[in-house]
Amino acid sequence: MKTVKVYGPGCNRCETTETMVKEAAAKLGIAVEVEKVTDAKSIAMAGVMSTPGIAVDGKLVHAGGLPDTAKLEGWLSA
Amino acid sequence: MTTETHEQHAPHGLPDWAWYVGVPLAAVVWWLVYGQLIPFSEWATSLFPVARDSHTGEAIAFFIYDVPKVLLLLTGIVFVTGVLRSWFSPEKTRAILAGKNQVWGYPLAAALGVLTPFCSCSSVPLFIGFVSAGIPLGVTFSFLIAGPMVGPVGLGLLYGLVGWQIATIYLVFGFTIATLAGVVLGRMGLERYLQDWVRELNAGPVGDLPEERLTLVDRLKIGVDQVREIVGKVWIWVLVGIGIGAAIHGYVPEEMMLRIMGGEAWWSVPAAVVVGVPMYTNAAGVIPIVEALLGKGAALGTTLAFMMSVIALSLPEMIILKQVLTYRLIAIFIAVVAAGILATGFLFNFLL
Repeated sequence: MKTVKVYGPGCNRCETTETMVKEAAAKLGIAVEVEKVTDAKSIAMAGVMSTPGIAVDGKLVHAGGLPDTAKLEGWLSA
Repeated sequence: MTTETHEQHAPHGLPDWAWYVGVPLAAVVWWLVYGQLIPFSEWATSLFPVARDSHTGEAIAFFIYDVPKVLLLLTGIVFVTGVLRSWFSPEKTRAILAGKNQVWGYPLAAALGVLTPFCSCSSVPLFIGFVSAGIPLGVTFSFLIAGPMVGPVGLGLLYGLVGWQIATIYLVFGFTIATLAGVVLGRMGLERYLQDWVRELNAGPVGDLPEERLTLVDRLKIGVDQVREIVGKVWIWVLVGIGIGAAIHGYVPEEMMLRIMGGEAWWSVPAAVVVGVPMYTNAAGVIPIVEALLGKGAALGTTLAFMMSVIALSLPEMIILKQVLTYRLIAIFIAVVAAGILATGFLFNFLL
């Protein structure tokens, strides 16, 4: 089980990112728990300055803009 | 998982050569269409059963000419800006600003505010990221003011709809206001008016992301994504703005415009700011209105003040910033920026 955190205050792109993470995980057959972090303080504490940001198992892998599908699958299967 | 399947499912699964051919081709088509706007709009207007030189005819012609023009300009500007901004990121900007001395920090922050990609929805994490990295509050404000105030969309549309002279004046004064407002706010020692939890976040964590290597095609994709995202979001504001512009162009008598927004009416500058702040639109929506106002003889200073306050001071952004700033600090922020806008307005009404 991997824990994925999606950081974003709730803009469209953050919603899309969450969907992309779930789709990528389903495609790869990896069990993930996706948690959305919307609180500005927690976002900033995680070191994310441009949203949406993604952390897999506590490690920040992406910040700013929609992730690339291929890269996203790489982070999830790493 | 093989890479082939990725490419089939990726939204932009085009081979590289398609980008190298497609983008220049799109630019040529753009150029050809842009050149045919006047004949097209005159022809389309003639289809309406109204006299071309009547009020309604003028309004229709303005609308039909401006809608494709603004949408074309917007698409072009957003694409080019998206590609150029792919070389910048808030993380890089923070690293640059954190190492700079005070004097150059302000204009540099204002310049980076224009070049760094960030959306207003992430201005809070960005603000905290800057302040916690030890970037002075005033420098951070210069960055945050310049971003919307002298954004490429506003400048590009001003250039296309009103002319390069006014676009240049706007650039110079918008940039100056962002820089000086940051200096003034920095001098005031306002750190104590941040929300408590922000002050406690000293030397916050820095996300150490591996730098992503982007190819030229990746950057072009970013440009296209930006066009989809931004044009998809603002087209409605564009239509509303052009509708208002068309109504002004067709129906408002010039004599009335001179009385309300002419250079003689000194109170028109503060009035323009008061009207402009609560108006929530973006540069793409306000510039067609500006075009119509100037065309009807509104004074340049008054119009600049209106445009700047609509674009740079918006209530929704203040509400977002409320999470990190106290009301007192927001009020000071608005007052300082508004003072800069008023000064610009008065200066131009006085000079011209």
